[in-house]
Amino acid sequence: MDSAIRTRALRKIYTSAPPAGAGRPQPSPAAGKPKDSKPQITALDGIDLDVAPGEIFGLLGPNGAGKSTTVGILTTRVRPTSGTAWVDGRDVWRDQTAAKRQIGVVAQRPNLDFSLTAREILQFHGAYFGLNSRERNQRAAQLLDRFKLTDRADQLVRGFSGGMMQRMSIARAMMHDPQVLFLDEPSVGLDPQTRLLLWEIIREYNQKGRTILLTTHNMEEADTLCERLAIIDHGRIIASGTPRELKASIPGGYLLRLRFGKQSAPLLERLGTLASVTEVRNAGDSGIDVYASRGGALIPEIVTTAAACSVELVDVHISEPSLENLFLHHTGRSLRE
Amino acid sequence: MNWTAFLALLARDAHVARRNAVQLLFQTFLQPLLFVFIFGRVMVGSGYLPAAYKSLLLPGIMAISMVFTGIWAVAMPLIAEFQFTREIEDRLLAPIDTSWVAIEKTLAGLIQAVVAGLIVLPIGGIILRPGLELHFNNPALFIVIILLVAGFSAAGGLALGCSMDQQHIGLMFSMVLTPMIFFGCTYYPWSALSKFPILQKIVLINPLAYASEGLRASLVPQFPHLPTAFILSALAVFDCLLLIGGLRQFQKKAVG
Repeated sequence: MDSAIRTRALRKIYTSAPPAGAGRPQPSPAAGKPKDSKPQITALDGIDLDVAPGEIFGLLGPNGAGKSTTVGILTTRVRPTSGTAWVDGRDVWRDQTAAKRQIGVVAQRPNLDFSLTAREILQFHGAYFGLNSRERNQRAAQLLDRFKLTDRADQLVRGFSGGMMQRMSIARAMMHDPQVLFLDEPSVGLDPQTRLLLWEIIREYNQKGRTILLTTHNMEEADTLCERLAIIDHGRIIASGTPRELKASIPGGYLLRLRFGKQSAPLLERLGTLASVTEVRNAGDSGIDVYASRGGALIPEIVTTAAACSVELVDVHISEPSLENLFLHHTGRSLRE
Repeated sequence: MNWTAFLALLARDAHVARRNAVQLLFQTFLQPLLFVFIFGRVMVGSGYLPAAYKSLLLPGIMAISMVFTGIWAVAMPLIAEFQFTREIEDRLLAPIDTSWVAIEKTLAGLIQAVVAGLIVLPIGGIILRPGLELHFNNPALFIVIILLVAGFSAAGGLALGCSMDQQHIGLMFSMVLTPMIFFGCTYYPWSALSKFPILQKIVLINPLAYASEGLRASLVPQFPHLPTAFILSALAVFDCLLLIGGLRQFQKKAVG
């Protein structure tokens, strides 16, 4: 059976400012030669994705990692520099119209039709996809109800709050019942209650056998909602798997971020020899990251070891196995940085 | 070609136009109304201009009204929808080739330009009544000219709307549209420029000149005008060039 979403060696190099929908990729050191007149920004650097039909798949990464560009390419809005992208077995850039039929897209920024009311937005969207008027009215009413927008249905969306616009965008993307739904940072700016409603609706839609690809930099969202994840940074996939697999791949599981009074090479070495410690890393300045299968239980030994090297422990932060730690492990940076 | 989607896009524009009907009407009605009144009624009535000027003026006013409406109707929404609100994205994702979204916009602008042109006739008829001499002896020519004029106006709106930033709208009006109107043979026939031979050649790069002369050829053939075949071919060339250029710019804007 075909993948619902597949990409091979997807690359995107921007030579001008990327369109607003594509986020803001960070310039990577590898990108661009100084003699080029135009600055080159490598947004994607060889992305291979395989998303099975009926899966909720997450692209997790910090801002500018290339998540939105990936979604842009898969949804015909950003032309790849090289590589191929398929949605539901159709080459997105060879057969755009057929690909567009299979997809629903929620962009990062609300892009509702300000000249129309909420109900009209859904009805016209349905009309673009060939729904007859009975189907249009029925589905629009259902979606407005599901997204708790019925009481504002016949008002222009211009006056809607950010959260309402976001709900409207998602309702619109579901209007023609697409096989694959793309959601770019769907819960940014939503209050916790609306976020839960959104997650519920996404799961419900998924249970109808639809595939969902969402991008997020929210750990909780990735962890609770997604069946599989790809962690993306600087336009490359640095890890992928189920949230459980990914968390299990963190050496030891626990991460202890330690800060000492001063830097000490012998200390770094001796910490590595402690029982249950799997990896020790110099985290710059006088910080050391310790990956271990124990958390707090390890602290007394660390204090003793530090004292033996005549270094004082000044700060400790223990975190349990999480995607945040995984990202940190792979990139040396926090997702929120 | 997905006609269902195309017609739905057109229906959306028609729906929005209906909703803004009063505003649109004022936008298209008011300017020609004032022009016709001041030049055709006040200036002629007080003897500063000869009575025949009424008939000479009307096709020019019609041309301005059409060109302005066509450009405005396509360019302004595109500038806003691409830059500010990004509203167009939903239509770009409709299951239809992206270029057809642009063609639909152009067609909607063309229809508005035709309406704006035809509206001038009854206004002119009422205000300029005694002494206005229009000859509809070649309706086919009139229809073709109207369509070609509306076509290049809407296609020009597409080209301008996709190559301009929001902050340059003012510049577009002062640098492009104002000189276009004054050097567009709107208030005078092309032959009136014979005393300025260089200028007379230069205005031939202005599509509005052919619009005014073409409408003169089809409505008031008693006045001198450029040869009809020349007008038709020039208008056809402008239609094609502006549409091709506009579609190219649209693609550049639409796909990152």
